[in-house]
Amino acid sequence: MLDDLRELYQEVILDHGKNPRNYGKPDEVSHRAGGHNPLCGDRIFVYLHVDAEGVVRNAAFDGRGCAISQASASLMTEIVSGKTLGQVDTLFRNFHEMCTSDGDVETDGSLADEMDRLQVLSGVRQYPIRVKCATLAWHTMNAALQGEAEATTE
Amino acid sequence: MSQAVAETTLDGANRSNLPAYDVDKVRADFPILSREVYGKPLVFLDSGASAKKPRAVIDAVSAVYEGEYANIHRGVHYLSVRATQLYDEAREKVRAYLNAAKIGEIVFTRNTTEAINLVASSFTGQRLREGDEILLTELEHHANIVPWQLAAGRAGAVVRASPVDDDGLVDLEKFEAMLTSRTKMVAFTHTSNVLGVVTPAKEMTRLAHEKGIPVLIDGAQSAVHLSVDVQDLDCDFFTFTGHKLYGPSGIGVLYGKSNHLEAMPPYQGGGDMIEYVTFEKTTFAKPPERFEAGTPHISGAIGLGAAIDYVNALGRDAVAAHEHGLLQYATARLSDMPGVRLFGAKGEKASIVSFLQDDVHPHDVGTILDQAGVAVRVGHHCAQPLMDRFGISGTVRASIGLYNTREEIDKLADSLHHVKEIFG
Ligand SMILES: Cc1ncc(COP(=O)(O)O)c(C=O)c1O
Repeated sequence: MLDDLRELYQEVILDHGKNPRNYGKPDEVSHRAGGHNPLCGDRIFVYLHVDAEGVVRNAAFDGRGCAISQASASLMTEIVSGKTLGQVDTLFRNFHEMCTSDGDVETDGSLADEMDRLQVLSGVRQYPIRVKCATLAWHTMNAALQGEAEATTE
Repeated sequence: MSQAVAETTLDGANRSNLPAYDVDKVRADFPILSREVYGKPLVFLDSGASAKKPRAVIDAVSAVYEGEYANIHRGVHYLSVRATQLYDEAREKVRAYLNAAKIGEIVFTRNTTEAINLVASSFTGQRLREGDEILLTELEHHANIVPWQLAAGRAGAVVRASPVDDDGLVDLEKFEAMLTSRTKMVAFTHTSNVLGVVTPAKEMTRLAHEKGIPVLIDGAQSAVHLSVDVQDLDCDFFTFTGHKLYGPSGIGVLYGKSNHLEAMPPYQGGGDMIEYVTFEKTTFAKPPERFEAGTPHISGAIGLGAAIDYVNALGRDAVAAHEHGLLQYATARLSDMPGVRLFGAKGEKASIVSFLQDDVHPHDVGTILDQAGVAVRVGHHCAQPLMDRFGISGTVRASIGLYNTREEIDKLADSLHHVKEIFG
């Protein structure tokens, strides 16, 4: 049983959960949105700075949540920094698929390293009720990029 | 919030004070309790959300469909008369369970939520004017907040909440001070679904009545664990839900004093709630039928009657004593564990312990306990204002039913060690 749980709560997740990177609202923000998980009542906010060329210069978040959602948000902000909006969209879709489907996710070769890093979150597949915890930050970022103020996992 | 002080020691002494209560025999009445989850025995500590059903309830519901089912109040034929009789008997069982004065004071609803909405709309909503107030407490379940907000919103009235202290206890002085000439309704829970604290409902009702303000008591939790006497409480309305009382889901109860119910307009219109209908004018049936439009949950009401019979046969005092022993044991075991912080562990309590472990999020604790076969509820428990009051996002809640055991409390406490093993 502990082995199964360690699959879910891998070291990387515990580390990002405890010491989230890019936490706090930065000065320069071009896109932002709030995300809400009605099941637990947790809220997070995602802040992006996208430049004129459509490249994410900086990504950050704040708010509270479980270890999974905090770690996922933290990893996401690291991974999307420096990516084009097209790449961010591909990562979002691939990540979503990784969390919800069983098979391997086909990915654009140039993003293979990023998907490898995100693999630590794939354990949520075994815990359907926790998938939303892992995807909340990504939905929120997506909402911010679509110009919506609010994302929920419902 | 302060660390709870254990009320009892862990030795077996208090066990012998309990009246004879054969919990193994009780467990054998609940088929679902013998199932496993993830290959482990189920340790079910979430009866506060919805309780498991004894064989007696399952059988009563099947027996209706197998042998006695028909629509009620509508037929001259044998089975319709028989189903109507069973439905009315169930209502009488509820009346006796609450010690209501009259059977007509018992209205069947879908659940507590619908019962509160009915009162908010057909009673309070009729009397609210702009600037009026509805007084609740900070303990309330969303079901006892949102219906009042809707009613208040339509009238330009406001909803206020009387504060609780750091242990979740209602401050009676502050409560009394908030009862003003603007207060048109008071509604509060009899037992907090988050903390298990029992409110001084009789005293609160008396204080409200001194100022002529009607009172609704949300008994969703208390009707399961306390012996409720609505005449002694003297409340105007009392609500509870069948599914937490070992009965079927989809059936709930509104008790209302007959003078109120008789003066109230219907909540919904339709069949079964009328006396006479023309396109020009309809006259309404008397309570309780006036508030039961359409075909009701016939088998649900009968199943609830069977659940009440079941609890009465075990003995409500014996059940309460068993649950109380477990609650004290759970409180003592958890407060002995390093890093565990209990919420609302003081004062009169019923069947619920709420806690956090270190700074681990309740959802993470819930997932880890679940893998050990231990079912608890985690999160805000539909009481977000109370979570805000304590400055937390949620808790882990273990709620105890009449079939739980000491071994299960031990399993809960022991499984919390896994949280430490993983989160360090
Ligand atoms: C105190 C309290 N009030 C109201 C409710 C709502 O009950 P129901 O969902 O059956 O309407 C609950 C249960 O969830 C509760 O615990």
